[in-house]
Amino acid sequence: MKNNAAMMRNIVWATVILALFAVVGTALVSYTYEHTKARIAENERAALLRSIHAIIPGSAHDNDMFADTIEVPASPLLGTQQPVTAYRARKDGKPTAVAFTVIAPGGYNGAIKLLVGIFYNGTLAGVRAIAENETPGLGDGIEVDRSNWILGFGGKSLSNPAGSGWAVKKDGGIFDQFTGATITPRAVVKAVRDALLYYRDHRAALFASKTAPSAPTGTSH
Amino acid sequence: MDTSIGKVAMDGLWHNNTALVQLLGLCPLLAVTTSTVNGLGMGLATTVVLIMSNVTVSLIRNVVRSEIRIPVFVLVIASIVTAVQLAMNAYFHGLYNVLGIFVPLIVTNCSIIGRAEAFASKNNPVRSFVDGLTIGLGFTIVLTVLGSMREAIGAGTLFSKAYLMFGEAARGLTITLIHNYDGFLLAILPPGAFLGLGLLIALKNLFDRRAARRVAERPEIAVTAPLSTG
Repeated sequence: MKNNAAMMRNIVWATVILALFAVVGTALVSYTYEHTKARIAENERAALLRSIHAIIPGSAHDNDMFADTIEVPASPLLGTQQPVTAYRARKDGKPTAVAFTVIAPGGYNGAIKLLVGIFYNGTLAGVRAIAENETPGLGDGIEVDRSNWILGFGGKSLSNPAGSGWAVKKDGGIFDQFTGATITPRAVVKAVRDALLYYRDHRAALFASKTAPSAPTGTSH
Repeated sequence: MDTSIGKVAMDGLWHNNTALVQLLGLCPLLAVTTSTVNGLGMGLATTVVLIMSNVTVSLIRNVVRSEIRIPVFVLVIASIVTAVQLAMNAYFHGLYNVLGIFVPLIVTNCSIIGRAEAFASKNNPVRSFVDGLTIGLGFTIVLTVLGSMREAIGAGTLFSKAYLMFGEAARGLTITLIHNYDGFLLAILPPGAFLGLGLLIALKNLFDRRAARRVAERPEIAVTAPLSTG
């Protein structure tokens, strides 16, 4: 009887301590999250801006692409459930190119966020990976800092290569896989092709004249 | 038993080296050491986590009952790693992008809970701090050396992509050892990590054995030692 009471006290006490540490740990993480999320969003936005400049050549536009944006509704072809911001390039008032982000859901380790730039006529200006968690040394070859692989999308379109060419070589297509990593390139190739399909069907909407109020930015506080 | 801080430091750096003696934390060790910069970045991030978790565990060592110490250590370590991950993403965005998934995976590095359990839960915060620092630095040195070996053999360079870690000013830091080198993929792939680590362990053992023989060959030390304790 006495033993039982002592054991109960032990269990309760242990539970209280565990719960206490769970609360303190969660508090630490949420505090850090609250104080870093603005900076993280800003870092990601800054990286996005650099990537847009890298794939859409300066000679292709004379407008401020970051002011000329439009929100397009989510689509399965874009891989997201949230509206996507498209950055439009125009020269002498005529549309020349558009850049927007798509999600490749089938990465080896979660979703891969890609920035896709497409010229008005439907050829790819370029593709960049902007957020990924692929295996270092293998799947991260999709990053332009790691290898030139992603540059191979430049100049491609839905008719170049046609049809089944839009796959990695292992699947009968024209795109290289990496040594030891097929899943990551396969996911990226599919996402880029989906982006081109989306562009083909929505070009008018993407270049519609209405300019969204402004691209969502990291809240400043 | 010699309990001085110096002994703690020597154990952490050499005699009890995480990577070469305990063989803990092999997952990040083998996976990210494809270049000098990757190894260095991963080592430093692990060191920060080790110091913070060691000091925290040492501070709470008398509060936490032994039955629940392991879940509490896991909670502490997971919280610290997540906080470090967020901070790195915010303040060292380039480095964070380099290390990718292996930053959150520091939580699974057994050397961290290993030091919490074996050292920090039995020692005061100052000693635990020194232990975390030196174990972390010992790990960092091995990661950096292994990363340099693999990068030099595999790609013919050293310190490539240093700007991701140190900023644009470090772009010129990259050293090209061999021009027009085709690369030796084996060194970059996982087997290269195992081969490299094996060589480093062999080197350390060779060095230790030489040192032991030198001590044995000097009779005055061998003779006086038993006398002083006997």
